[in-house]
Amino acid sequence: MKVQTILTEIKKSLTVAIWFIILFFPIMVMKVSVSRGVAQIQFRWNLILPIGVAGFVLSFIWRHALVWNESHGSAKKGDGAAMSSSSLTRRSSNVSVNPFSRSVGALLLLVFAAAFPFLFGMYHTNVMITAFIYVILGLGLNIVVGLGGLLNLGYAAFFGVGAYTYGLIWKYVGPSFVAAGFDPGWLFWISLPVAGVVAMLFGVLLSLPVLRLRGDYLAIITLAFGEIFHMVMQNSSDLTGGATGISLIPRPWFFGQKLAPGDAATYIYFIALVLVIITIFVVRRIEDSRVGRALEAMREDQIACQSMGVDLVKNKLITFALGAFWAGLAGVLMAAQTTYINPDSFTLSESMIMLMSVVVGGTGSIPGVIAGAMILKLLPEYFRMLAQYRMLIYGIAMVLIIIFKSDGLIPRKRKQYTFEAKETAK
Amino acid sequence: MSTERLLYENEVLELDNIVMTFGGLRAIDGVSMHIDKGEIAALIGPNGAGKTTIFNCITGVYKPTEGKIKIRSRSGAVEEIHGLKPNVINQKGLARTFQNIRLFNNMSVLENVMIGRHNSLKAGVLKAIVRDKATKEEEQRVIEESYEILKKLKLDPYTNEMAKNLPYGEQRRLEIARALATDPFLLLLDEPVAGMNAQETRDLEETIGIIRDKEHITILLIEHDMSLVMEVSERIYVLDYGRLIAEGTPKEIKHNPDVIRAYLGE
Repeated sequence: MKVQTILTEIKKSLTVAIWFIILFFPIMVMKVSVSRGVAQIQFRWNLILPIGVAGFVLSFIWRHALVWNESHGSAKKGDGAAMSSSSLTRRSSNVSVNPFSRSVGALLLLVFAAAFPFLFGMYHTNVMITAFIYVILGLGLNIVVGLGGLLNLGYAAFFGVGAYTYGLIWKYVGPSFVAAGFDPGWLFWISLPVAGVVAMLFGVLLSLPVLRLRGDYLAIITLAFGEIFHMVMQNSSDLTGGATGISLIPRPWFFGQKLAPGDAATYIYFIALVLVIITIFVVRRIEDSRVGRALEAMREDQIACQSMGVDLVKNKLITFALGAFWAGLAGVLMAAQTTYINPDSFTLSESMIMLMSVVVGGTGSIPGVIAGAMILKLLPEYFRMLAQYRMLIYGIAMVLIIIFKSDGLIPRKRKQYTFEAKETAK
Repeated sequence: MSTERLLYENEVLELDNIVMTFGGLRAIDGVSMHIDKGEIAALIGPNGAGKTTIFNCITGVYKPTEGKIKIRSRSGAVEEIHGLKPNVINQKGLARTFQNIRLFNNMSVLENVMIGRHNSLKAGVLKAIVRDKATKEEEQRVIEESYEILKKLKLDPYTNEMAKNLPYGEQRRLEIARALATDPFLLLLDEPVAGMNAQETRDLEETIGIIRDKEHITILLIEHDMSLVMEVSERIYVLDYGRLIAEGTPKEIKHNPDVIRAYLGE
């Protein structure tokens, strides 16, 4: 019996190995070189064996990983179904152990984040600012996708609205502002709330046509919205500078003091850090409130949600407006950091990265989204030497995450309610 | 029949000549019915007779093509509710459950019920962020109220469990709990015991009785389980091919030749 299973395993792996060899033959074995206008094909036969062996071994690992994954997953589900009141108390006590170690961890993380620009210098600080911007974007998009369950493929447009609000304020209000004797650094602080509100208005604007749509149709409309924004920005060159964009956007000044680029980066870093903390705070509060609950109910089942008295129209407006607000803030940060914006910073691929950071990190989970945004922004930055394999690694990583961590890297933990203490008190 | 009349003092719901067409199909063809305050009424009929469609018309999921639906609201005023949105109708005091269970699967059992209390709360986005004292108290109050409802329906051992992990019978009970949380005067139950075993059915029969007797909520239910229908309901409407073919007490319905024909064929 055992010999039988080993034989079938080997047989399966051999098939995969042969399949690998066929698949990789044109890319790994055949090499086309063009010399003097004549294409010559060179066959590197010695590569066939390694490919076969790799296919053989990988298929073994892959199958066992799948089996492990399945047993792992079903064990989890079984635990949930066979729960009893005793398991409930165990879990709630489990939660109460956490707070102390968690607050210490958060404090350490905060100290590290505060020391970061002084430890690592300007390049890494700038990289980190970008990552923070994407954390804010991810958290904002998480309200729409993770809580509200409305797929938004045009989120980069709101990011762009924020950046362009700052850019246009600089371009049109800036000169008279400076002439009036104010320093241009203040424009950043004026633009920040304005951009948030303008992005919110655009969010409401987009939510109006999509009120009746869901699923695929919603995705298509938001996708189109993103493209429309990109196109309009690119083609209205009189107003926005078209494809050349808006340049020399001022960085924020430090209390009337213009900063050198290095110090400005540190300053923006701290502004971004504070904004990230505010975002986390606000999003957590919204999530754990009447409004957040209603959003989640909408994600779970729109008809049931409406039948329980929740106003879907209002809910969708709130979802899009809140989501867009954070994108607007992130846009201003981005414009201030790079001092230059053009329409190509707000394309579909940006929307995709934002969406990926939400899905990869864990839809609806705040720590998950933060981790997802950090990973998707930092890894490519620090693995530049692997640049040509980046998309390949991306693809493989996505497939692996979808199969083995389909809830995301850090899945959402639901709030636990305890009533034991109350009942004894009564 | 089509002459307009006001609701009698003791009526909470009246359907006046409701027609619902889908393309060329007349799913509901001129149905008129009324429910008295405090009674348990049942809507029965063969599969595809249009029972759930009537529910969807009453609760605003569908807008009836023709006809009027009137309720006597808590204040005693007669209101027309056809064509209103589901959430508005729910706020007026009509709550429902679904035939194919529609729980908020990835939310906890308690949170499912808390959604039902949504309209008894006020906090908006700003209050959620600031989280002042009133909001906190409101939140605490809704948690406790929801827990009480769970206890009433014996769902409290599952408080923190995800709704999707509940056994089938408990999922149906949770749907009722969630509907009750919206504080209705009329509860519409769409096949509440479908797929339940005999014991679970008996438990639910008891629950329905309690809801009516202790909470004073009028109940309209769709059900295929005839023993349950005959046991609990005081008035039965029989629907076939979108038309009402009989109305009466369980005894009358049992011996009505039209009903027997609809169920057993010629």
